[in-house]
Amino acid sequence: MSETTVFDVLVIGGGHAGLTAAVCAAEAGARVCVLEAAPHSHRGGNSRHTRNLRAMHEAPTAVLTEAYLEEEYWEDLQRVTKGRTDEALARMTIRRSSESVGWLGAHGVHFQPALGGTLHLGRTNAFFMGGGKAVMNALYRAAADLGVVVHYDAPVHDLLFEDGFFQKALVGREGTQRSAVKAKTLIAAAGGFEANLEWLTEAWGEVARNFLIRGTPYNRGALLKLLLDKGAQQIGDPKQCHAVAIDGRAPKFDGGIVTRVDCVSLGVVVNTLSERFYDEGEDFWPKRYAIWGRLVAAQPDQLAHVIIDDKATGRFMPPVFPPERAGTIAELAVKIGLEPATLERTISEFNAAVRPGTFDHTALDDCRTEGLAVDKSHWAQAIDRPPFRAYALRPGITFTYLGVGVNARAQMLMADGKPSANVFAAGEIMAGNILGEGYLAGIGMTIGSVFGRIAGKEAAAHALN
Amino acid sequence: MRLTDIRDQDVLDEAERIMTICNACRYCEGHCAVFPAMERRLDFAAPDLEYLANLCHNCGACYHHCQYAEPHDFAVNVPRTFAKLRKETYAAYAWPAFMGRVFHGNGTWVAALATLALVVFIAGTALIGGPADFFAVHPEGFYGVIPHQVMAGLFGLVGLFVLLALVMGVVRYWRALGLPAPLGVGGPQVLQAVRDALTLKYLDGGAGEGCTYPGERPSLARRRFHHLTFYGFLLCFAATCVGTLYHYGFGWIAPYGYTSLPKILGISGGIGLLIGPAGLLWLKHKADPAAVDKDSGGMDRAFLWLLLLTSATGLALMLAKGTTLLGTLLSIHLGIVLGLFLTLPYGKFAHGFYRLVALIAHALETRHGARMTPAPAAAPDPEAAASARRDAA
Ligand SMILES: Cc1cc2nc3c(=O)[nH]c(=O)nc-3n(C[C@H](O)[C@H](O)[C@H](O)COP(=O)(O)OP(=O)(O)OC[C@H]3O[C@@H](n4cnc5c(N)ncnc54)[C@H](O)[C@@H]3O)c2cc1C
Ligand code: SF4
Ligand code: SF4
Repeated sequence: MSETTVFDVLVIGGGHAGLTAAVCAAEAGARVCVLEAAPHSHRGGNSRHTRNLRAMHEAPTAVLTEAYLEEEYWEDLQRVTKGRTDEALARMTIRRSSESVGWLGAHGVHFQPALGGTLHLGRTNAFFMGGGKAVMNALYRAAADLGVVVHYDAPVHDLLFEDGFFQKALVGREGTQRSAVKAKTLIAAAGGFEANLEWLTEAWGEVARNFLIRGTPYNRGALLKLLLDKGAQQIGDPKQCHAVAIDGRAPKFDGGIVTRVDCVSLGVVVNTLSERFYDEGEDFWPKRYAIWGRLVAAQPDQLAHVIIDDKATGRFMPPVFPPERAGTIAELAVKIGLEPATLERTISEFNAAVRPGTFDHTALDDCRTEGLAVDKSHWAQAIDRPPFRAYALRPGITFTYLGVGVNARAQMLMADGKPSANVFAAGEIMAGNILGEGYLAGIGMTIGSVFGRIAGKEAAAHALN
Repeated sequence: MRLTDIRDQDVLDEAERIMTICNACRYCEGHCAVFPAMERRLDFAAPDLEYLANLCHNCGACYHHCQYAEPHDFAVNVPRTFAKLRKETYAAYAWPAFMGRVFHGNGTWVAALATLALVVFIAGTALIGGPADFFAVHPEGFYGVIPHQVMAGLFGLVGLFVLLALVMGVVRYWRALGLPAPLGVGGPQVLQAVRDALTLKYLDGGAGEGCTYPGERPSLARRRFHHLTFYGFLLCFAATCVGTLYHYGFGWIAPYGYTSLPKILGISGGIGLLIGPAGLLWLKHKADPAAVDKDSGGMDRAFLWLLLLTSATGLALMLAKGTTLLGTLLSIHLGIVLGLFLTLPYGKFAHGFYRLVALIAHALETRHGARMTPAPAAAPDPEAAASARRDAA
């Protein structure tokens, strides 16, 4: 790394937001450097685990069905965030999300063709062909073609400012040769702090030790902390995050999409005391899976088990780890370390409370229980046909929402509300401006896409002026 | 833990492990036929895996786009695993069975056989004609060196054996996949499969940019060189057929002039068979070693070299007409062709036939919306599987 070069734009974080910004800045004529903490094999942060982005569109396209207009998008966002969002920024993001598919397409990213007539996400979300790593490979190729300088294994551990102006970043792992990279502007795109268990523990207490991190181990929040220390405006609170219930046997980091368990609505979920604790059939699973991370986090040992019988076979996406199987509930209980008698009682009480109905997993059907402390409101069927199967569940953190404030030009805001002189932010590190809580599938990438493009252009314009 | 330990596992186990991960992920479903076929299954028995492996065109896309590729603990590598399994299939279904074992994992056998054929040929020709004759100028062309009956008889026999061996292998594979009797397969499905094979549809990466081979940047080079190789081969084959027809049908004896049909077909095919295999060998040389199975590499390379040499010696032969080199070149050429022939049913050449059967199975499954291979457990509820596809955040 040459210490004498002064880049026009320095991007910290080589995920989707960072690379989008880098490509846009380079296209505007800026000399750009990207510092990525991970080695080449793990570049692309959480973005490489993604599968789609949510895009507003007024008419069907090759990759999206029907239409998804600003008002509906905004209402969806308002509902999930319970109003904890900045309306002006959110609406701008929604409107500019309509350019995202085209922009990515022009930079070598392919999407899957839209599947007509689907009830599910094909209308609102465009699916990447090959997933997020294919997106990242394409963006890294585009950046290379534009002469963007990329350094891997380059975690930033300090920033130097003079009179409020960013000057240079200090790079390198502890114990290795450290160097400095100078630039006229900085784009912060290093994600959240979800991989920093100590920080999670500060926010959540000891229970966080049992959390699994679904994405990259490299998003440790070092840059976020530096910026907050330098006086950036803090957005959101450290407890807010996207957390889902995933297979308890998933690796601690980077388990990604395959560790999900999609059969909660087809069975019952019990904690280690063999007690049910939440309505498994409250709504369609895609609309509910994001609350189960928190639900499981609140149980003893942050552990739960979903139990299904043979009727569920083939009705859900096959999970990656094989379930525990047994011919009776008592045997199953032994295998998963629960009290057999208690689990048997829970299941038989549940079975007795099931009302007659017509099972239909594609609709909010009339199969429900009655009279239990925790009723199941849809798809309730007796758990009575062996073999019985169980999957362990643990909270899996997708990403955190604590971030730095930004304005519509992607300028980072300082604690006094004024924009920083030459620092911009994009992606997870500022997603909290739009996502105060809750989650809307595909909006993480949308925020990175919109703010990445804005930050890249604005930073280049600032530097070249 | 099975999911994270891949070393020293049987190839089928490894393929099953990887398909279980892919089936929970499905990010690659747009790349090729393998993933939609995989999605019709909840479990993967040997025939399923052998089907999927032969459906894979080894384009590399799903390796370069996999977030679980090494160094991730899951170590997902579909192209390499399927290349290994394909090689197993060629051996498992080979007829006669011992030939499969001989060839299994042994690309050098191919080369050895070819060399052997070559030596036998040179020695044989020398014996028939006597050394003096061998190096003479033969105004009457090839048949002055080797009598026509000898040539036709030998190649006819070997050709018949090759055909039988190929057909037997394909029939065994066909049955294992649980496909209906050939006449029970709908015409449109066969047509679809043939079209997909002839156009190399699945070397387009899913979006028409080509495969992620030899490196991470999509490229159409592989597809183009393969087209040159395959159509070059077909043209050469056609030249031979036309020549045979001329000989037996019309009594026109070789050599034919440069503007004759057999020559035009042979020369254009020969040029394709020079550039195509050379290009494929070059791409192989550059290919990212992580994505390929190095054990299959030997067999693949040997086959490409045999094709290349067949064409090179064939073209040289044409130029050597009327010189003292004709005898030697002809023996070398025929030796190489014979070697090539003998390896056809067991080496890389067989991939085309197994792939075609797999493509037919895929066309049938797409048509009927159901799995063709014998299903050990309850089949997935197609509705649930379809709706599950797109629910991930
Ligand atoms: C399993 C999973 C699936 C998901 N699926 C979807 C989906 O389908 N759609 C969707 O919209 N969202 C999805 N998300 C959320 C999505 O990943 C994020 O919202 C989005 O990727 C954020 O992009 P980013 O560029 O801000 O962060 P990242 O992609 O995480 O990039 C941040 C980068 O910064 C680097 N970095 C961190 N610290 C430093 C440092 N100190 N110095 C230098 N570099 C540093 C990291 O190595 C990383 O590469 C998913 C998340 C996960 C975990
Ligand atoms: S190859 Fe990797 S990314 Fe593709 S489907 Fe399989 S696990 Fe998913
Ligand atoms: S290597 Fe290519 S053809 Fe083979 S499974 Fe992967 S994407 Fe499909």
